[in-house]
Formats: sequence, C-alpha cells, structure tokens
Amino acid sequence: MRRDIFQAIADPTRRAIIALIALQAMTPNAIAENFHTTRQAISKHLRILTECDLVKQEYQGREIYYTLEIEKMKEIDKWLEQYRKIWENRFNQLDQVLSTLKKQKK
Amino acid sequence: MSTTLFFDFTVDKQNNTINIKREFAADRSTVWDYYTKSELLDQWWMPSPWKSRTKSMDFREGGKWHYAAVGPNGEEHWSITSYVKIEPKDMFLANDAFGDADGNINPQMPQSKWTMNFSDMKENTLVHGVMQFADLAQLEQTIAMGFKDGLTMAMENLDAILAKH
Repeated sequence: MRRDIFQAIADPTRRAIIALIALQAMTPNAIAENFHTTRQAISKHLRILTECDLVKQEYQGREIYYTLEIEKMKEIDKWLEQYRKIWENRFNQLDQVLSTLKKQKK
Repeated sequence: MSTTLFFDFTVDKQNNTINIKREFAADRSTVWDYYTKSELLDQWWMPSPWKSRTKSMDFREGGKWHYAAVGPNGEEHWSITSYVKIEPKDMFLANDAFGDADGNINPQMPQSKWTMNFSDMKENTLVHGVMQFADLAQLEQTIAMGFKDGLTMAMENLDAILAKH
C-alpha cells in the first residue's frame, strides 16, 4: 500500500514524534520515553513515518537515530496551496455566473 | 475583474478551522440565492471539470442538500449538507459530510461544521465561511483530498495542452 504524508500526520502520536525529532535526531528508545505507550507501538509509528519518507534512519555505531525530512514536511504547504486553488476556481466560476446574470439584466 | 475581488484563505491548525473570505460583485440577495438554491449552486459549486448535480434540496433548518460531484468520466462523489440554522440573507450553519447515492453519511470521511456569513461590502457582498473540523486529522484529510482533486484537474489541463500538440 502506498502511503502519503497526510496519513503520517493523521495520528496524534505521530505528530508528537515529528515534533520531538524536529529538534534533534533521537533513538527509538529515547522517543518511546516520551509516551505512555509500548515500545512496539512507537516502532510501528516510526515504521509508518519512514514509509512516508517523513523520517530517515541514521546509524551511529550500534544505535539507530531517527531524523526528520524537512523537505517532505514542506509538501503540506504545497497541498494547502492546491486546496486554496480549488476554492479560487470555484469562486471564479461564481464570478462568471454573476457577471453573465448582470449582463442579462441590462 | 476577479483580480480586484477580495479573497482570503487561512488555516488555523490550533482551532481546526479553515477560514475563507471572498467578495462577490453582486448584491447580498443574489449571492445568498447562489449559495442556497440548488439549481444555482449546481452552476458553480464544483470546480471544473467537476460538476455539481443535485439529487434533492430542502433548504430549511433540519433540511438537507444531497448532491454529487460528477467527474469528467462520470465518476460520482456524494455529499450531504444538513442545515442547522438559517437566518435569511445573513447566515446559515450547516454540517457537511460525504456519503452515498442513498443519502447515507460515511462516518469514515471527514465532516465539518460550516458557518457562512453574508455581509454588504459597498455594492458587493462578502461571504465569510468558517469550516470547523472535529480534529486536526479531519482537517488535514480534507486538505489532502482537495490536493488530489486539484492534482487531477492539473493533470487534465495538461492532457488538454498535450492533445493540441
């Protein structure tokens, strides 16, 4: 199954993980310490975030560190812009209808 | 002409709301009609190449607008807008949801509360829409879906350009 960035941030725990590792690269254990949940649950969230390309793993010795892919986060802004454009298109259509209406009245 | 009309689009992730303000070059009574009568809504509500097609409309408090977004290949996405409060020509409050052709709401899809305020802006009309989501995830899902639709449109525009060559 293909995953996308919104699936990644649709979950509150994953959003909290993103907020944590935005500040610094962290190991899964260090991340898990911030949550009242199992290490397995955190691993699953990290796997989803990795599959969405929102985080990447870096090996330092025997430890795995998770870091945030800032560029990927910027996609959210692009998507927002697309959504804004949809509304813009919609309103432009109403402008056209209204302007046709005015001409008919004259 | 559209370039001179006021348009403001903001997303407030703290309050899970999307604010959309837009000015229209018509009097309040006309704009109100275009937002509340289905035969008029069908003329503009869905961004091209999608079209809005109404199955039923009952614009009163407790009533519903049941309509489909119809795609260029005949694909249908059904929506149900339930009207909660109506103050003619001033505002209406509605619940917006996705559903099926029979009018059943799909609880898996994002739902939002819409407050639409209509006010005079000199000879024009300002419509201030607030979309309130239950949580951030639903807001983001809505934006993501919008993105996909926008992308589809962009692709189709590209198809049209390429077809000319």
